[in-house]
Amino acid sequence: MPATQSKRRTYYDELMERGYSRRDFMKFCATMAAYMGLEASGAAQISEALMTHSRVPVIWLHFQECTCCSESFIRSSHPIVADVILDKVSLDYTETLMAASGHAAEAAMHKTMEEHYGEYILCVEGSVSTFGGGEYCCIGGRSSEQILQETAEGAKAILAWGSCACNGCIQAAKPNPTRATPIHKLVKGKPVIKVPGCPPIGEVMAGTLLHIITFGTLPELDRVGRPKAFYSKRVHDSCYRRPYYDAGLFAETFDDENAKKGYCLYKVGCKGPMTYNACGIMRWNNGVSYPIQSGHGCFGCSEENFWDNGPIYRQMASFPGFGIEANADKIGIAAAAATGAGIAAHAIATNIRKRGILSSLQEEGKDAEEKLDNPLT
Amino acid sequence: MNQTRPKYTNKTYPVMLGRKLRRVYVWELPVRVFHWLNALAIVVLCVTGYLIGNPPAIMSGNEASEQYIFGTIRFIHFAAAYVFFFNFLFRIYWGFVGNKYARWRNFIPTTRRYWKEMWEVMKVDIFLERCREHVSVGHNAMAGFIYFIFFLMSGIMVITGFGLYASMSTWWFPKLFAWVPGLFGGDFVLRNWHHALMWFFILFTIVHVYLVMYHDYVEGRGEISSMGGGWKFIEEAQFQEDLRDTEEQEQKKKKEAAHH
Ligand code: HEM
Ligand code: HEM
Ligand code: SF4
Repeated sequence: MPATQSKRRTYYDELMERGYSRRDFMKFCATMAAYMGLEASGAAQISEALMTHSRVPVIWLHFQECTCCSESFIRSSHPIVADVILDKVSLDYTETLMAASGHAAEAAMHKTMEEHYGEYILCVEGSVSTFGGGEYCCIGGRSSEQILQETAEGAKAILAWGSCACNGCIQAAKPNPTRATPIHKLVKGKPVIKVPGCPPIGEVMAGTLLHIITFGTLPELDRVGRPKAFYSKRVHDSCYRRPYYDAGLFAETFDDENAKKGYCLYKVGCKGPMTYNACGIMRWNNGVSYPIQSGHGCFGCSEENFWDNGPIYRQMASFPGFGIEANADKIGIAAAAATGAGIAAHAIATNIRKRGILSSLQEEGKDAEEKLDNPLT
Repeated sequence: MNQTRPKYTNKTYPVMLGRKLRRVYVWELPVRVFHWLNALAIVVLCVTGYLIGNPPAIMSGNEASEQYIFGTIRFIHFAAAYVFFFNFLFRIYWGFVGNKYARWRNFIPTTRRYWKEMWEVMKVDIFLERCREHVSVGHNAMAGFIYFIFFLMSGIMVITGFGLYASMSTWWFPKLFAWVPGLFGGDFVLRNWHHALMWFFILFTIVHVYLVMYHDYVEGRGEISSMGGGWKFIEEAQFQEDLRDTEEQEQKKKKEAAHH
């Protein structure tokens, strides 16, 4: 997939026009290269790409979502991130940020779809409602599914932003009334890159987009379709509280002595050991903090069905079908007790029902014992 | 020398009381070693696994740098997991090369005879009906079938366990299971399955140990010690009956083979 090269202005041109200095630009390239886990030469590759490539057109759709992904994106640590992509200059269509609305907006989208067929990147924020005729999520009189299929057709690649687009997130939580469906289940024959999280980290989103812009290829994905650079490790693997976990030192409640000492939050429901994300490394809001650092366990927002895998403040899930209080251990203990009772009943019944054979066995044994005891009688 | 018939011969229970018992070597050494390694590994896995899911509250003034308790518990779980897994693989292999009582046919119902025996065991040992005592030298059909389920569960435990372990390990072998979390819809669901299935092994152990004792008590053939020395003791008449039965089956097989 060669990136678009044309007489159009490059990213660099656009940035210089907006008043950034070359120094800002190089700092941005170096930061992103580090986030993306590139080699030392990566910064040069990025700057090279941004200086020679004209912008890749982006269509950014919003379906059943809360826009937290967009929010996260425009708050990513480097202002260039937002300016490069999430600006009216680069974005061809996004309901939330574009100035145009109504028919004008629709026209802009169709123009991009036609002019850049096979070239544009389709970013999808939100899940698609497939219930009934899809009437739970319509834009401009068409259902989200129709819009997705139309735009996906000419897309070079599809980015599924956030847990909504990757796994349905809260809208898909039981009983999923709108039958919220993630993107990869609806689009066939196109690469779908999943960038889960509620929301995903802004730098992760930027890094993924930048990879496509810089290298003209998709980033390396894991089995589930997430960029390996950001989702190959669990939050737990880079957690600064990990030494407490290994030592067996846990906060028992949120306001006990252990919590004050900064012990591991495992027992108050931290899902870090089951969650693949880069929070522990990149952190949030310009690297200020992340949930665990603020004293709250990770609740696994980038994992499939995290909403139904509760309770949030307990380590173990409630067992399906037995109510919120019943986890596997409680049911197991009850089953073990029932088994014990069954065994006791069986043992008693055995002694009654099989008394014939039992007494024969015992007589035989005792007889031999007596004989050996008193061989002469 | 008193040669009269023993007074305790019982018509309802034609177990040949007072007759000579015959020693049969049922559990070969590899089966016995498998059994106890397996039992030990499972007990250790259940205890450490339970602790991983429900860590005890440790009141300690120590700093994290001074202790490694949870890390050790997890290490023991993983070490026992390897023992459990390779031992399990070995048992599967032995199911193809071991003696008659160790063969896979004892576990997987393939014949009508197998189902019939299972029903008989059900009547005699579970409903405690007073019919002719059911006797089998190796596993009875019911026990064999339950061990089959046990082995299936062991396989699921290995898959879910190594699936979780894939992301923690640097060795290539656990990484072979990296596809598992995706299959279950993430590590969280996987982990809960792995945890919940532990209870199968706990319930199995309770019932299994009870039934071993039950058989020892009701039959008096040395059931419990059979996993020690490998011997069970059956009555001479029973031995002859089993012998005839096996011969008949062999002949039938030969005839069929000749037919084809
Ligand atoms: C009968 C066999 C086994 C039993 C009863 C068992 C039981 C358990 C239990 C109860 C847990 C705690 C889950 C939770 O956090 O709620 C656990 C965790 C775990 N088990 Fe097993 N397990 C068995 C076999 C295995 C095997 C064969 C492996 C393979 C390596 C394995 C690897 C793991 C891993 C990786 C964890 C997660 C530990 C962590 O997050 O630190 N287990 N096991
Ligand atoms: C006091 C403890 C135990 C005793 C006395 C004992 C005894 C025995 C005996 C006598 C058999 C042969 C049963 C038969 O005739 O069918 C047997 C088989 C078996 N036991 Fe145990 N057992 C004990 C604990 C356990 C535990 C803790 C486990 C695992 C959770 C276990 C798993 C098995 C399995 C899988 C078999 C089938 C063996 C094979 O054919 O490979 N046992 N046990
Ligand atoms: S706080 Fe959570 S992520 Fe951090 S070590 Fe504890 S369990 Fe792991």
